[in-house]
Amino acid sequence: MTLTNNLQGKVALVTGASRGIGAAIADTLGALGATVIGTATSDAGAEKISARFAEKGVTGAGKVLDVTSAESLAGLLESVKSEFGAPTILINNAGITKDNLLMRMKDDEWDSVIDTNLSAVYRMTKACLRDMTKARWGRIVNISSVVGSMGNAGQSNYAATKAGVAGFGRSLAAEVGSRGITVNTVAPGFIDTDMTKVLPEAQREALLSKIPLGRLGQPEEIASVVAFLASDAGGYVTGETIHVNGGMYMS
Amino acid sequence: MSSIEERVKKIVAEQLGVKEEDVKPEASFVEDLGADSLDTVELVMALEEEFETEIPDEEAEKITTVQLAIDYIKENLG
Repeated sequence: MTLTNNLQGKVALVTGASRGIGAAIADTLGALGATVIGTATSDAGAEKISARFAEKGVTGAGKVLDVTSAESLAGLLESVKSEFGAPTILINNAGITKDNLLMRMKDDEWDSVIDTNLSAVYRMTKACLRDMTKARWGRIVNISSVVGSMGNAGQSNYAATKAGVAGFGRSLAAEVGSRGITVNTVAPGFIDTDMTKVLPEAQREALLSKIPLGRLGQPEEIASVVAFLASDAGGYVTGETIHVNGGMYMS
Repeated sequence: MSSIEERVKKIVAEQLGVKEEDVKPEASFVEDLGADSLDTVELVMALEEEFETEIPDEEAEKITTVQLAIDYIKENLG
């Protein structure tokens, strides 16, 4: 079995694909032959994705999507289906952080993180599942975080969503396995992206000292694991959470 | 154009992987035709597509036999 070009003919939908881990996932799936729809929250972000795809020879397009809006999602799926066909690979990657100590946390900081990181996974997955069950083939990969397993002060909202998607994935894997659909979770550790660039230098140093591999991960190192799960090579893996964190957390 | 009965039976047979002659009006999807809960959801989705309609969840739950499916389609599209 080869990993090369084995996503030919598949349509993949990757949320949050304008930068960071999502961008690397979209590009990698595209390099393996999939038609990729990468979503961003703004027109500028979507155009950036389209331009990147054109530059790298990836078939597909960048599209605008607000993952918290059912209307936005319905509109996106309609245009994707007519332009490219129904997605049977769904990568729920879009996510935000609104860190605060719980005692200071505002309802809005809690609600918006839950809505974007967890409820959106429900929304996206439900909307795509019908076509996957019809195709008798589907791949759903949800991007979680090491924080969902080990916890992190100041991130109770974020950690709740990231642990949540793993449980969601296990349950859904049990529901739709008979239809040839796999559901998995990839839990990155600290990856070199805009989300981790905002960390204060001292916190960064402290983190690095806890990572056996002694460095932050690269987005491509998450993308390769997602690509494996999306491909035929990973076809017998389902309901699993794969930690990719340089050894900072070993479950 | 085939009748509503024929179209419903054809879809049930296709979705549940059973022979059309086994799809009797009184047949229960779960008890007689071996459907699991996911099959029944998919069956309703297939009926929605065939008859270009939307069946509300609370109505869908009541459609447990071939005849009930035929009746629902007739009442709502007739």
